[in-house]
Amino acid sequence: MTRPVLDDLAVGDVVATRTLELDRPRLVRYAGASGDFNRIHWDEAFATGVGLPNVIVHGMLTMGAAVGVVEEWAGDPGAVVDYQTRFTRPVPVPATEVVLVEVSAAVGAVDAEARTVRVDLTVTHEGAKVLGKAQAVVQL
Amino acid sequence: MTDTLPDAGFAGRVYPPTAPYAVGREKLREFAAAVGALHPAHHDLEVARGLGYADLVAPTTFAVVIAQAAEAQYVQDPDARIDFSRVVHADERFTHHRPIVAGDELVTVLHVDKVVHRAGIAMVTTRCEIAAGDQPVATVVSTLAVRGEDK
Repeated sequence: MTRPVLDDLAVGDVVATRTLELDRPRLVRYAGASGDFNRIHWDEAFATGVGLPNVIVHGMLTMGAAVGVVEEWAGDPGAVVDYQTRFTRPVPVPATEVVLVEVSAAVGAVDAEARTVRVDLTVTHEGAKVLGKAQAVVQL
Repeated sequence: MTDTLPDAGFAGRVYPPTAPYAVGREKLREFAAAVGALHPAHHDLEVARGLGYADLVAPTTFAVVIAQAAEAQYVQDPDARIDFSRVVHADERFTHHRPIVAGDELVTVLHVDKVVHRAGIAMVTTRCEIAAGDQPVATVVSTLAVRGEDK
């Protein structure tokens, strides 16, 4: 498996993109795997009852799915030593639809001394950012 | 209505270490499939060992499973006054001191770092220090925004 070469990287390089396809079954699957059974992620009546437009994607599912492209690019999932984000906008999931979330990963900073690269993730749904300051630090 | 918001008196609280969480191979595969983590080191033992790991490697955000279980000590305490129908997840950060692998037995110490009231909203920040024995493994910092009843 190839690993990126730190000296070849420049700030602004787009290293990976992916379209995430999210639907209700995917949310239920994540609820089960993660243990996060908050009803706002699978019960439409409950979600709308607390003022949400619909069932919404777990922020942690979006966060976890987005970083996959960085793990794969790094060639070693254990190389992702730090990963943070803010959740800026909910992603509603209507009952029978597949919702698309676009992920783009670009080099945000290179630290030649520490041998780390900060990868900045741009994660959008219908053109609006759903994650803010989504940054993964990769040790190379 | 300050008394419908989380109790600010919980800030600074540190909980006793949790019972050990045993990281299982099939749990890692299940979580990786759920988030769509395709790297074979989450699924294929030979690949993981080829990268130098003792066993399958956890996806970057897997530690949330361990952290949320630890956070339950606080957020499900009625005295903490965290109403989950009014909660929005504000931010999350994982710092890995070393990768989590299947076979790890992990103990978590939960810290309530901040409970800040501001304009009818409470921002609640928790920190989970996850360790294997004396060895730090991961730090998970999470902030919830909790709306008051008049918001």
